[in-house]
Amino acid sequence: MTDSVYQMIARAQAEYARCIDDDRLEDWPDHFHGSCVYKITTAANHREGLEGAIIFANSKGMLRDRVSALRDANIYERQSYRHILGQPSILHESGGEVRSETSFLVARIVQDGDTDIFATGRYLDLYKIEQGKVRLNERIVVCDSSRIDTLMALPL
Amino acid sequence: MLHETHEARPVETLTRVPYWVFQTAETYRQEQERIFQGPSWHYLALEVELPGPGDFRTTRIGDTPVVVTRDNDGEIYAFENRCAHRGALICLDSHGKGKKDFSCVYHAWTYDRQGNLRGIAFKDGVKGKGGMPDSFRMEDHGPRKLRIAILHGLIFGSFSEEVPPIEEYLGDEISSRIERVLGGRKPVVLGRVTQVLPNNWKLYMENVKDSYHASILHLFFTTFELNRLSQKGAIIVDESGGHHVSYSAIDTSAQKDVEYAKQQLRSESQYKLADPSLLQGFDEYHDGVTLQILSVFPTFVLQQIQNAIAVRQIVPRAIDKTDLNWTYLGFADDTPEQRLTRLKQNNLVGPAGYISMEDGCVGGFVQRGIAGASEQEAILEMGGSGAQSSESRVTEASVRGFWKAYRSQMGM
Repeated sequence: MTDSVYQMIARAQAEYARCIDDDRLEDWPDHFHGSCVYKITTAANHREGLEGAIIFANSKGMLRDRVSALRDANIYERQSYRHILGQPSILHESGGEVRSETSFLVARIVQDGDTDIFATGRYLDLYKIEQGKVRLNERIVVCDSSRIDTLMALPL
Repeated sequence: MLHETHEARPVETLTRVPYWVFQTAETYRQEQERIFQGPSWHYLALEVELPGPGDFRTTRIGDTPVVVTRDNDGEIYAFENRCAHRGALICLDSHGKGKKDFSCVYHAWTYDRQGNLRGIAFKDGVKGKGGMPDSFRMEDHGPRKLRIAILHGLIFGSFSEEVPPIEEYLGDEISSRIERVLGGRKPVVLGRVTQVLPNNWKLYMENVKDSYHASILHLFFTTFELNRLSQKGAIIVDESGGHHVSYSAIDTSAQKDVEYAKQQLRSESQYKLADPSLLQGFDEYHDGVTLQILSVFPTFVLQQIQNAIAVRQIVPRAIDKTDLNWTYLGFADDTPEQRLTRLKQNNLVGPAGYISMEDGCVGGFVQRGIAGASEQEAILEMGGSGAQSSESRVTEASVRGFWKAYRSQMGM
Protein backbone atom coordinates (compact mmCIF):
# COMPACT_ATOMS: atom_id res chain seq x y z
CA MET A 1 0.00 0.00 0.00
CA THR A 2 2.70 2.48 1.03
CA ASP A 3 4.57 1.72 -2.15
CA SER A 4 1.58 2.47 -4.26
CA VAL A 5 0.82 5.73 -2.43
CA TYR A 6 4.43 6.72 -2.87
CA GLN A 7 4.18 6.01 -6.57
CA MET A 8 0.95 7.93 -6.89
CA ILE A 9 2.44 10.98 -5.18
CA ALA A 10 5.62 10.77 -7.22
CA ARG A 11 3.60 10.58 -10.43
CA ALA A 12 1.42 13.53 -9.39
CA GLN A 13 4.53 15.59 -8.62
CA ALA A 14 6.07 14.79 -11.97
CA GLU A 15 2.88 15.75 -13.80
CA TYR A 16 2.61 19.00 -11.81
CA ALA A 17 6.15 20.00 -12.76
CA ARG A 18 5.68 19.09 -16.43
CA CYS A 19 2.47 21.08 -16.56
CA ILE A 20 4.24 24.29 -15.53
CA ASP A 21 7.47 23.63 -17.43
CA ASP A 22 5.53 22.83 -20.63
CA ASP A 23 3.58 26.08 -20.32
CA ARG A 24 0.23 24.34 -19.85
CA LEU A 25 -0.67 26.74 -17.04
CA GLU A 26 -4.38 26.42 -17.77
CA ASP A 27 -4.14 22.82 -16.51
CA TRP A 28 -2.23 23.80 -13.39
CA PRO A 29 -5.28 24.48 -11.15
CA ASP A 30 -6.57 20.97 -11.88
CA HIS A 31 -3.82 19.57 -9.73
CA PHE A 32 -5.77 20.99 -6.78
CA HIS A 33 -9.12 20.20 -5.22
CA GLY A 34 -11.81 22.90 -5.41
CA SER A 35 -11.20 24.00 -1.86
CA CYS A 36 -7.46 24.27 -1.51
CA VAL A 37 -4.59 26.34 -0.23
CA TYR A 38 -1.62 27.27 -2.38
CA LYS A 39 1.00 29.50 -0.89
CA ILE A 40 4.53 30.54 -1.76
CA THR A 41 6.57 31.81 1.15
CA THR A 42 10.16 32.02 2.34
CA ALA A 43 11.95 29.77 4.80
CA ALA A 44 12.48 32.76 7.10
CA ASN A 45 8.76 33.59 7.19
CA HIS A 46 7.86 29.93 7.60
CA ARG A 47 10.32 29.51 10.46
CA GLU A 48 8.96 32.58 12.24
CA GLY A 49 5.38 31.46 11.74
CA LEU A 50 4.54 34.53 9.64
CA GLU A 51 1.47 33.89 7.53
CA GLY A 52 2.10 36.50 4.84
CA ALA A 53 3.03 35.05 1.47
CA ILE A 54 4.40 35.94 -1.94
CA ILE A 55 1.42 34.18 -3.50
CA PHE A 56 -1.63 33.11 -1.53
CA ALA A 57 -4.72 31.35 -2.83
CA ASN A 58 -7.45 29.57 -0.92
CA SER A 59 -9.64 28.57 -3.83
CA LYS A 60 -9.22 26.98 -7.20
CA GLY A 61 -10.75 30.17 -8.61
CA MET A 62 -7.83 32.18 -7.29
CA LEU A 63 -5.44 29.78 -9.04
CA ARG A 64 -7.35 30.26 -12.29
CA ASP A 65 -7.17 34.02 -11.78
CA ARG A 66 -3.42 33.79 -11.36
CA VAL A 67 -3.20 32.08 -14.74
CA SER A 68 -5.50 34.51 -16.53
CA ALA A 69 -3.61 37.46 -15.04
CA LEU A 70 -0.36 35.98 -16.35
CA ARG A 71 -1.90 35.40 -19.75
CA ASP A 72 -3.91 38.60 -20.15
CA ALA A 73 -2.86 41.26 -17.69
CA ASN A 74 0.68 41.08 -16.38
CA ILE A 75 3.72 42.24 -18.29
CA TYR A 76 6.93 40.28 -17.97
CA GLU A 77 9.56 38.94 -20.29
CA ARG A 78 8.80 35.58 -21.82
CA GLN A 79 10.25 32.96 -19.53
CA SER A 80 10.08 29.32 -18.63
CA TYR A 81 10.98 27.11 -15.70
CA ARG A 82 12.62 23.74 -15.39
CA HIS A 83 11.60 21.99 -12.17
CA ILE A 84 13.95 19.38 -10.79
CA LEU A 85 12.21 17.53 -7.97
CA GLY A 86 13.61 15.36 -5.24
CA GLN A 87 11.99 12.14 -4.11
CA PRO A 88 8.85 12.78 -2.07
CA SER A 89 9.07 11.92 1.63
CA ILE A 90 5.74 10.56 2.81
CA LEU A 91 5.32 12.02 6.30
CA HIS A 92 1.85 10.87 7.20
CA GLU A 93 -0.92 8.90 5.61
CA SER A 94 -4.47 8.17 6.70
CA GLY A 95 -7.88 7.84 5.11
CA GLY A 96 -6.74 8.84 1.66
CA GLU A 97 -4.91 11.92 2.98
CA VAL A 98 -1.17 12.04 2.54
CA ARG A 99 1.27 14.57 3.91
CA SER A 100 4.52 14.74 2.03
CA GLU A 101 7.57 16.90 1.62
CA THR A 102 9.55 17.22 -1.59
CA SER A 103 12.57 19.34 -2.38
CA PHE A 104 12.73 21.28 -5.61
CA LEU A 105 15.15 23.27 -7.70
CA VAL A 106 13.72 25.57 -10.33
CA ALA A 107 15.85 27.04 -13.10
CA ARG A 108 14.47 30.03 -14.98
CA ILE A 109 15.16 30.71 -18.61
CA VAL A 110 14.28 34.29 -19.58
CA GLN A 111 13.51 34.78 -23.25
CA ASP A 112 15.98 32.47 -24.92
CA GLY A 113 18.80 33.66 -22.71
CA ASP A 114 20.68 32.55 -19.65
CA THR A 115 19.53 29.70 -17.47
CA ASP A 116 19.71 30.71 -13.81
CA ILE A 117 18.77 28.97 -10.61
CA PHE A 118 15.65 30.90 -9.70
CA ALA A 119 14.54 29.11 -6.56
CA THR A 120 15.25 26.14 -4.36
CA GLY A 121 13.06 24.93 -1.55
CA ARG A 122 10.51 22.35 -0.57
CA TYR A 123 6.87 21.58 -1.16
CA LEU A 124 4.92 20.87 2.01
CA ASP A 125 1.92 19.05 0.63
CA LEU A 126 -1.35 17.61 1.72
CA TYR A 127 -2.69 15.30 -0.97
CA LYS A 128 -6.11 13.79 -1.02
CA ILE A 129 -6.64 10.61 -3.01
CA GLU A 130 -10.18 10.21 -4.30
CA GLN A 131 -11.26 7.46 -6.68
CA GLY A 132 -7.68 6.82 -7.65
CA LYS A 133 -7.07 10.52 -8.45
CA VAL A 134 -4.38 12.33 -6.55
CA ARG A 135 -4.97 16.04 -5.99
CA LEU A 136 -3.58 18.65 -3.67
CA ASN A 137 -5.60 20.00 -0.78
CA GLU A 138 -2.71 22.16 0.21
CA ARG A 139 0.69 23.06 -1.16
CA ILE A 140 2.96 25.36 0.83
CA VAL A 141 5.98 26.24 -1.28
CA VAL A 142 8.80 27.22 1.05
CA CYS A 143 11.63 28.95 -0.81
CA ASP A 144 15.00 28.61 0.88
CA SER A 145 16.00 32.19 0.18
CA SER A 146 14.14 35.41 0.97
CA ARG A 147 15.48 37.03 -2.19
CA ILE A 148 13.52 36.82 -5.42
CA ASP A 149 15.25 37.95 -8.59
CA THR A 150 13.31 40.63 -10.49
CA LEU A 151 9.83 39.12 -10.24
CA MET A 152 7.97 35.87 -9.79
CA ALA A 153 5.52 35.39 -12.61
CA LEU A 154 5.00 31.66 -13.13
CA PRO A 155 3.96 29.53 -10.16
CA LEU A 156 6.43 27.16 -8.51
CA MET B 1 26.90 49.84 -20.01
CA LEU B 2 28.41 51.08 -16.75
CA HIS B 3 30.94 53.87 -16.70
CA GLU B 4 33.50 55.00 -14.19
CA THR B 5 32.74 58.70 -14.45
CA HIS B 6 30.97 61.23 -16.55
CA GLU B 7 31.71 64.86 -17.00
CA ALA B 8 28.73 66.47 -15.33
CA ARG B 9 27.20 69.41 -17.09
CA PRO B 10 24.57 71.55 -15.50
CA VAL B 11 21.00 70.79 -16.49
CA GLU B 12 18.75 73.71 -15.88
CA THR B 13 15.35 72.05 -16.01
CA LEU B 14 13.68 69.31 -13.96
CA THR B 15 12.12 68.01 -17.17
CA ARG B 16 15.30 66.29 -18.32
CA VAL B 17 17.28 63.53 -16.61
CA PRO B 18 20.59 62.55 -18.19
CA TYR B 19 20.98 58.79 -18.34
CA TRP B 20 24.52 58.78 -16.98
CA VAL B 21 23.11 59.36 -13.48
CA PHE B 22 21.95 55.73 -13.60
CA GLN B 23 25.25 54.47 -14.94
CA THR B 24 28.37 55.95 -13.42
CA ALA B 25 30.43 54.69 -10.51
CA GLU B 26 31.25 58.28 -9.58
CA THR B 27 27.57 59.13 -9.17
CA TYR B 28 27.05 56.01 -7.05
CA ARG B 29 29.98 56.97 -4.81
CA GLN B 30 28.75 60.53 -4.40
CA GLU B 31 25.26 59.31 -3.53
CA GLN B 32 26.67 57.18 -0.73
CA GLU B 33 28.40 60.21 0.71
CA ARG B 34 25.91 62.98 0.04
CA ILE B 35 22.57 61.19 0.31
CA PHE B 36 22.97 57.96 2.27
CA GLN B 37 25.41 59.41 4.76
CA GLY B 38 24.12 62.92 4.19
CA PRO B 39 21.24 64.94 5.64
CA SER B 40 18.43 62.45 4.95
CA TRP B 41 16.30 60.16 7.08
CA HIS B 42 16.42 56.47 6.20
CA TYR B 43 13.88 53.87 7.22
CA LEU B 44 15.50 51.17 9.39
CA ALA B 45 12.78 49.01 10.94
CA LEU B 46 9.44 49.06 12.71
CA GLU B 47 9.27 49.66 16.44
CA VAL B 48 7.16 46.51 16.84
CA GLU B 49 10.01 44.48 15.38
CA LEU B 50 12.08 45.36 18.47
CA PRO B 51 9.60 44.93 21.33
CA GLY B 52 12.04 44.22 24.19
CA PRO B 53 15.49 45.21 25.47
CA GLY B 54 18.25 43.61 23.44
CA ASP B 55 16.02 42.92 20.44
CA PHE B 56 17.82 43.88 17.26
CA ARG B 57 17.71 43.89 13.50
CA THR B 58 20.47 44.51 11.00
CA THR B 59 19.86 46.51 7.86
CA ARG B 60 21.63 48.93 5.54
CA ILE B 61 21.62 52.59 4.71
CA GLY B 62 22.89 52.54 1.18
CA ASP B 63 26.05 50.43 1.29
CA THR B 64 26.56 50.91 5.02
CA PRO B 65 25.53 48.05 7.31
CA VAL B 66 23.63 49.13 10.42
CA VAL B 67 22.46 47.51 13.68
CA VAL B 68 19.18 48.73 15.21
CA THR B 69 18.52 47.82 18.85
CA ARG B 70 16.42 48.59 21.88
CA ASP B 71 18.15 49.14 25.22
CA ASN B 72 16.93 48.76 28.81
CA ASP B 73 15.76 52.37 28.84
CA GLY B 74 13.21 51.41 26.19
CA GLU B 75 14.85 53.68 23.61
CA ILE B 76 15.85 52.67 20.10
CA TYR B 77 19.51 52.98 19.09
CA ALA B 78 21.35 52.34 15.86
CA PHE B 79 25.00 52.16 15.00
CA GLU B 80 27.17 51.17 12.13
CA ASN B 81 27.68 47.40 11.93
CA ARG B 82 31.45 47.76 11.78
CA CYS B 83 33.92 46.89 14.48
CA ALA B 84 36.10 49.82 15.52
CA HIS B 85 39.10 47.51 15.56
CA ARG B 86 39.56 46.08 12.07
CA GLY B 87 36.23 46.76 10.43
CA ALA B 88 34.51 43.37 10.56
CA LEU B 89 30.74 43.12 10.93
CA ILE B 90 29.87 43.27 14.62
CA CYS B 91 26.57 41.45 14.20
CA LEU B 92 26.11 38.66 11.68
CA ASP B 93 22.45 37.79 12.32
CA SER B 94 19.60 39.51 10.52
CA HIS B 95 17.63 39.76 13.75
CA GLY B 96 17.43 38.43 17.28
CA LYS B 97 16.01 38.90 20.74
CA GLY B 98 17.32 39.82 24.17
CA LYS B 99 20.95 40.24 23.19
CA LYS B 100 23.05 41.54 26.08
CA ASP B 101 25.87 42.93 23.99
CA PHE B 102 27.41 42.64 20.55
CA SER B 103 30.76 40.96 20.29
CA CYS B 104 32.84 40.95 17.13
CA VAL B 105 33.75 37.37 16.23
CA TYR B 106 37.18 38.38 14.95
CA HIS B 107 38.87 39.53 18.18
CA ALA B 108 35.92 39.75 20.61
CA TRP B 109 35.80 43.51 20.86
CA THR B 110 32.47 43.98 22.56
CA TYR B 111 29.85 46.71 22.30
CA ASP B 112 26.82 47.53 24.40
CA ARG B 113 23.35 47.95 22.90
CA GLN B 114 24.03 51.58 22.17
CA GLY B 115 27.17 50.83 20.18
CA ASN B 116 29.70 51.86 22.85
CA LEU B 117 32.92 49.87 22.96
CA ARG B 118 32.91 48.11 26.36
CA GLY B 119 35.47 45.36 26.15
CA ILE B 120 38.63 44.29 24.33
CA ALA B 121 39.92 40.74 24.58
CA PHE B 122 43.34 40.58 26.27
CA LYS B 123 43.29 44.36 26.62
CA ASP B 124 45.85 44.15 29.43
CA GLY B 125 47.84 41.42 27.75
CA VAL B 126 48.70 38.01 29.16
CA LYS B 127 50.99 37.70 32.18
CA GLY B 128 51.90 41.34 31.92
CA LYS B 129 53.02 41.05 28.32
CA GLY B 130 51.33 42.38 25.19
CA GLY B 131 47.95 44.10 25.35
CA MET B 132 46.80 47.54 24.31
CA PRO B 133 48.86 50.59 25.26
CA ASP B 134 47.66 52.53 28.31
CA SER B 135 46.98 55.49 26.08
CA PHE B 136 44.20 53.63 24.27
CA ARG B 137 40.82 54.89 25.47
CA MET B 138 37.83 52.71 24.57
CA GLU B 139 35.46 55.69 24.71
CA ASP B 140 37.33 57.30 21.80
CA HIS B 141 36.58 54.37 19.52
CA GLY B 142 33.42 52.82 18.23
CA PRO B 143 31.21 52.45 15.19
CA ARG B 144 29.44 55.60 14.09
CA LYS B 145 26.14 56.13 15.88
CA LEU B 146 23.01 57.21 14.10
CA ARG B 147 20.46 59.79 15.02
CA ILE B 148 17.08 58.14 15.46
CA ALA B 149 13.60 59.46 14.77
CA ILE B 150 10.42 57.49 15.36
CA LEU B 151 7.22 58.40 13.61
CA HIS B 152 4.05 56.35 14.13
CA GLY B 153 6.09 53.24 14.82
CA LEU B 154 8.50 53.73 11.90
CA ILE B 155 12.15 53.94 12.91
CA PHE B 156 14.27 56.26 10.81
CA GLY B 157 18.01 56.80 11.18
CA SER B 158 20.52 59.30 9.89
CA PHE B 159 24.29 59.67 9.94
CA SER B 160 23.88 63.42 9.69
CA GLU B 161 23.85 65.95 12.51
CA GLU B 162 22.39 68.53 10.15
CA VAL B 163 19.23 66.72 9.10
CA PRO B 164 16.17 68.53 10.50
CA PRO B 165 13.77 66.71 12.87
CA ILE B 166 11.64 64.18 11.03
CA GLU B 167 8.38 66.17 11.24
CA GLU B 168 10.10 69.20 9.76
CA TYR B 169 11.88 67.04 7.16
CA LEU B 170 8.56 65.61 5.98
CA GLY B 171 6.25 68.58 6.45
CA ASP B 172 2.70 68.44 7.83
CA GLU B 173 0.98 67.05 4.78
CA ILE B 174 3.25 64.02 4.40
CA SER B 175 3.34 63.37 8.18
CA SER B 176 -0.42 63.44 8.42
CA ARG B 177 -0.68 60.93 5.57
CA ILE B 178 1.64 58.55 7.46
CA GLU B 179 -0.49 59.09 10.53
CA ARG B 180 -3.59 58.24 8.49
CA VAL B 181 -2.27 54.72 7.89
CA LEU B 182 -0.32 53.96 11.07
CA GLY B 183 -1.30 56.54 13.69
CA GLY B 184 -2.38 55.08 17.04
CA ARG B 185 -2.34 51.52 15.69
CA LYS B 186 -0.13 48.58 16.50
CA PRO B 187 1.14 46.99 13.30
CA VAL B 188 1.86 43.27 13.03
CA VAL B 189 4.44 41.97 10.56
CA LEU B 190 2.73 39.43 8.30
CA GLY B 191 5.78 38.58 6.23
CA ARG B 192 8.92 39.82 4.54
CA VAL B 193 10.52 39.30 1.18
CA THR B 194 13.26 40.95 -0.83
CA GLN B 195 12.84 41.63 -4.53
CA VAL B 196 16.18 42.02 -6.26
CA LEU B 197 15.80 44.64 -8.97
CA PRO B 198 18.13 44.65 -11.97
CA ASN B 199 18.43 48.42 -12.04
CA ASN B 200 19.72 51.55 -10.38
CA TRP B 201 17.84 52.46 -7.18
CA LYS B 202 16.64 55.79 -8.59
CA LEU B 203 14.73 54.05 -11.37
CA TYR B 204 12.63 52.33 -8.72
CA MET B 205 12.02 55.59 -6.83
CA GLU B 206 10.98 57.27 -10.09
CA ASN B 207 8.57 54.41 -10.69
CA VAL B 208 7.04 54.73 -7.21
CA LYS B 209 6.45 58.43 -7.75
CA ASP B 210 5.10 58.02 -11.24
CA SER B 211 1.32 58.21 -11.05
CA TYR B 212 1.19 58.48 -14.84
CA HIS B 213 2.30 54.88 -15.45
CA ALA B 214 0.19 53.13 -12.82
CA SER B 215 -2.96 52.57 -14.80
CA ILE B 216 -1.13 52.04 -18.11
CA LEU B 217 1.52 49.48 -17.23
CA HIS B 218 -0.58 47.74 -14.60
CA LEU B 219 -3.62 46.38 -16.37
CA PHE B 220 -4.84 44.54 -13.33
CA PHE B 221 -5.13 47.76 -11.36
CA THR B 222 -7.05 49.56 -14.05
CA THR B 223 -9.47 46.87 -15.10
CA PHE B 224 -10.80 46.45 -11.59
CA GLU B 225 -11.01 50.19 -11.03
CA LEU B 226 -8.58 50.10 -8.17
CA ASN B 227 -6.89 53.01 -9.85
CA ARG B 228 -7.74 55.00 -12.90
CA LEU B 229 -6.33 58.35 -13.72
CA SER B 230 -9.89 59.55 -14.17
CA GLN B 231 -10.71 58.53 -10.61
CA LYS B 232 -10.93 61.08 -7.86
CA GLY B 233 -7.48 61.58 -6.42
CA ALA B 234 -4.45 63.82 -6.24
CA ILE B 235 -0.72 64.13 -5.88
CA ILE B 236 0.90 65.80 -2.92
CA VAL B 237 4.52 66.89 -3.28
CA ASP B 238 6.26 68.46 -0.30
CA GLU B 239 8.31 71.64 -0.49
CA SER B 240 11.64 69.84 -0.93
CA GLY B 241 10.16 67.79 -3.74
CA GLY B 242 11.55 64.58 -2.25
CA HIS B 243 8.46 63.24 -0.51
CA HIS B 244 5.14 62.54 -2.14
CA VAL B 245 1.71 61.04 -1.74
CA SER B 246 -0.44 59.79 -4.56
CA TYR B 247 -3.95 58.80 -3.60
CA SER B 248 -7.19 57.91 -5.23
CA ALA B 249 -10.71 57.23 -4.14
CA ILE B 250 -13.53 55.29 -5.68
CA ASP B 251 -15.82 57.84 -7.25
CA THR B 252 -19.24 56.23 -7.13
CA SER B 253 -20.67 58.77 -9.53
CA ALA B 254 -17.98 58.10 -12.13
CA GLN B 255 -19.17 57.95 -15.70
CA LYS B 256 -18.09 55.39 -18.22
CA ASP B 257 -14.48 56.04 -18.92
CA VAL B 258 -14.34 57.58 -22.35
CA GLU B 259 -10.79 58.82 -21.86
CA TYR B 260 -9.42 55.30 -21.54
CA ALA B 261 -11.38 54.08 -24.53
CA LYS B 262 -9.95 56.95 -26.60
CA GLN B 263 -6.36 56.02 -25.77
CA GLN B 264 -6.94 52.41 -26.83
CA LEU B 265 -4.86 51.18 -23.93
CA ARG B 266 -4.51 47.54 -23.12
CA SER B 267 -6.41 48.32 -19.96
CA GLU B 268 -9.79 48.12 -21.70
CA SER B 269 -9.75 44.35 -22.10
CA GLN B 270 -12.54 42.21 -20.68
CA TYR B 271 -10.75 40.57 -17.82
CA LYS B 272 -12.83 39.09 -15.03
CA LEU B 273 -11.90 37.32 -11.83
CA ALA B 274 -13.09 33.78 -11.12
CA ASP B 275 -12.76 34.51 -7.40
CA PRO B 276 -13.54 38.19 -6.84
CA SER B 277 -13.12 37.81 -3.06
CA LEU B 278 -9.57 39.02 -3.67
CA LEU B 279 -10.86 42.55 -4.06
CA GLN B 280 -13.58 42.46 -1.43
CA GLY B 281 -11.94 44.54 1.25
CA PHE B 282 -13.26 46.27 4.33
CA ASP B 283 -13.56 49.98 4.98
CA GLU B 284 -10.50 50.64 7.08
CA TYR B 285 -10.00 54.38 6.88
CA HIS B 286 -13.53 55.71 6.36
CA ASP B 287 -12.41 58.33 3.87
CA GLY B 288 -13.05 56.52 0.60
CA VAL B 289 -9.35 56.44 -0.26
CA THR B 290 -8.59 53.01 -1.64
CA LEU B 291 -5.02 53.69 -2.65
CA GLN B 292 -2.32 55.76 -1.03
CA ILE B 293 1.29 55.47 -2.06
CA LEU B 294 3.62 57.60 0.01
CA SER B 295 7.36 58.04 -0.40
CA VAL B 296 9.96 59.61 1.84
CA PHE B 297 13.20 60.76 0.25
CA PRO B 298 15.35 58.99 -0.55
CA THR B 299 14.29 55.36 -0.16
CA PHE B 300 11.12 54.69 1.83
CA VAL B 301 7.62 53.81 0.69
CA LEU B 302 4.45 53.31 2.72
CA GLN B 303 1.69 51.61 0.80
CA GLN B 304 -2.05 51.27 1.30
CA ILE B 305 -3.75 49.47 -1.55
CA GLN B 306 -7.20 48.71 -0.25
CA ASN B 307 -6.31 46.63 2.83
CA ALA B 308 -2.85 45.61 1.66
CA ILE B 309 -0.52 47.62 3.88
CA ALA B 310 3.24 47.42 3.46
CA VAL B 311 6.43 49.32 3.97
CA ARG B 312 9.11 49.11 1.33
CA GLN B 313 12.76 49.90 1.94
CA ILE B 314 15.00 50.48 -1.05
CA VAL B 315 18.68 49.60 -0.67
CA PRO B 316 21.14 50.14 -3.51
CA ARG B 317 23.53 47.19 -3.87
CA ALA B 318 25.42 48.24 -6.99
CA ILE B 319 25.02 50.76 -9.80
CA ASP B 320 22.56 48.46 -11.54
CA LYS B 321 21.28 46.34 -8.65
CA THR B 322 18.81 47.28 -5.94
CA ASP B 323 17.18 45.44 -3.05
CA LEU B 324 13.53 46.17 -2.52
CA ASN B 325 12.62 44.96 0.97
CA TRP B 326 8.91 44.39 1.46
CA THR B 327 7.38 44.13 4.92
CA TYR B 328 3.69 43.21 4.77
CA LEU B 329 1.63 44.54 7.64
CA GLY B 330 -1.58 43.86 9.43
CA PHE B 331 -2.71 45.33 12.72
CA ALA B 332 -2.99 43.78 16.17
CA ASP B 333 -6.74 44.35 16.32
CA ASP B 334 -7.50 42.68 12.97
CA THR B 335 -10.34 40.17 13.09
CA PRO B 336 -9.55 36.77 11.50
CA GLU B 337 -11.65 37.82 8.49
CA GLN B 338 -9.73 41.08 8.13
CA ARG B 339 -6.44 39.22 8.39
CA LEU B 340 -7.52 36.83 5.65
CA THR B 341 -8.47 39.79 3.47
CA ARG B 342 -4.97 41.23 3.90
CA LEU B 343 -3.36 37.88 3.03
CA LYS B 344 -5.44 37.73 -0.12
CA GLN B 345 -4.80 41.33 -1.10
CA ASN B 346 -1.06 40.86 -0.63
CA ASN B 347 -1.36 39.03 -3.95
CA LEU B 348 -1.56 42.51 -5.45
CA VAL B 349 1.93 43.47 -4.29
CA GLY B 350 5.41 42.05 -3.85
CA PRO B 351 7.55 40.11 -6.35
CA ALA B 352 4.51 38.19 -7.67
CA GLY B 353 2.04 41.04 -7.19
CA TYR B 354 -0.69 41.45 -9.76
CA ILE B 355 -0.01 45.17 -9.77
CA SER B 356 3.62 45.32 -8.76
CA MET B 357 5.45 42.59 -10.63
CA GLU B 358 5.84 44.89 -13.63
CA ASP B 359 7.63 47.42 -11.44
CA GLY B 360 10.21 44.72 -10.78
CA CYS B 361 11.13 44.46 -14.43
CA VAL B 362 10.44 47.87 -15.91
CA GLY B 363 13.45 49.48 -14.21
CA GLY B 364 15.58 46.79 -15.80
CA PHE B 365 14.05 47.59 -19.18
CA VAL B 366 15.22 51.20 -18.72
CA GLN B 367 18.64 50.17 -17.43
CA ARG B 368 19.11 47.98 -20.50
CA GLY B 369 17.51 50.47 -22.85
CA ILE B 370 19.82 53.33 -21.93
CA ALA B 371 23.04 51.32 -22.29
CA GLY B 372 25.07 53.25 -24.81
CA ALA B 373 22.98 56.40 -24.40
CA SER B 374 24.69 58.14 -21.48
CA GLU B 375 24.46 61.48 -23.27
CA GLN B 376 20.74 61.19 -23.91
CA GLU B 377 18.05 62.34 -21.51
CA ALA B 378 14.71 61.17 -20.20
CA ILE B 379 11.74 63.50 -20.76
CA LEU B 380 9.58 64.49 -17.80
CA GLU B 381 7.11 67.01 -19.18
CA MET B 382 3.80 65.37 -18.33
CA GLY B 383 1.87 67.98 -16.33
CA GLY B 384 4.36 70.78 -16.99
CA SER B 385 7.78 71.46 -15.54
CA GLY B 386 7.12 72.09 -11.86
CA ALA B 387 7.18 69.83 -8.84
CA GLN B 388 4.06 70.95 -7.04
CA SER B 389 1.02 69.15 -5.70
CA SER B 390 -1.59 68.52 -8.31
CA GLU B 391 -5.21 67.48 -8.54
CA SER B 392 -4.43 65.60 -11.70
CA ARG B 393 -2.47 62.41 -11.57
CA VAL B 394 -1.68 62.68 -15.27
CA THR B 395 1.54 64.33 -14.25
CA GLU B 396 5.15 63.60 -13.54
CA ALA B 397 5.30 66.31 -10.87
CA SER B 398 6.40 63.98 -8.09
CA VAL B 399 9.08 62.41 -10.30
CA ARG B 400 10.39 65.91 -10.99
CA GLY B 401 10.16 66.47 -7.23
CA PHE B 402 12.48 63.52 -6.64
CA TRP B 403 15.06 65.07 -8.97
CA LYS B 404 14.66 68.45 -7.33
CA ALA B 405 15.53 66.96 -3.93
CA TYR B 406 18.22 64.75 -5.45
CA ARG B 407 19.98 67.66 -7.14
CA SER B 408 19.81 69.70 -4.01
CA GLN B 409 21.45 66.99 -1.89
CA MET B 410 23.98 66.08 -4.56
CA GLY B 411 24.92 69.72 -5.10
CA MET B 412 24.19 69.45 -8.81
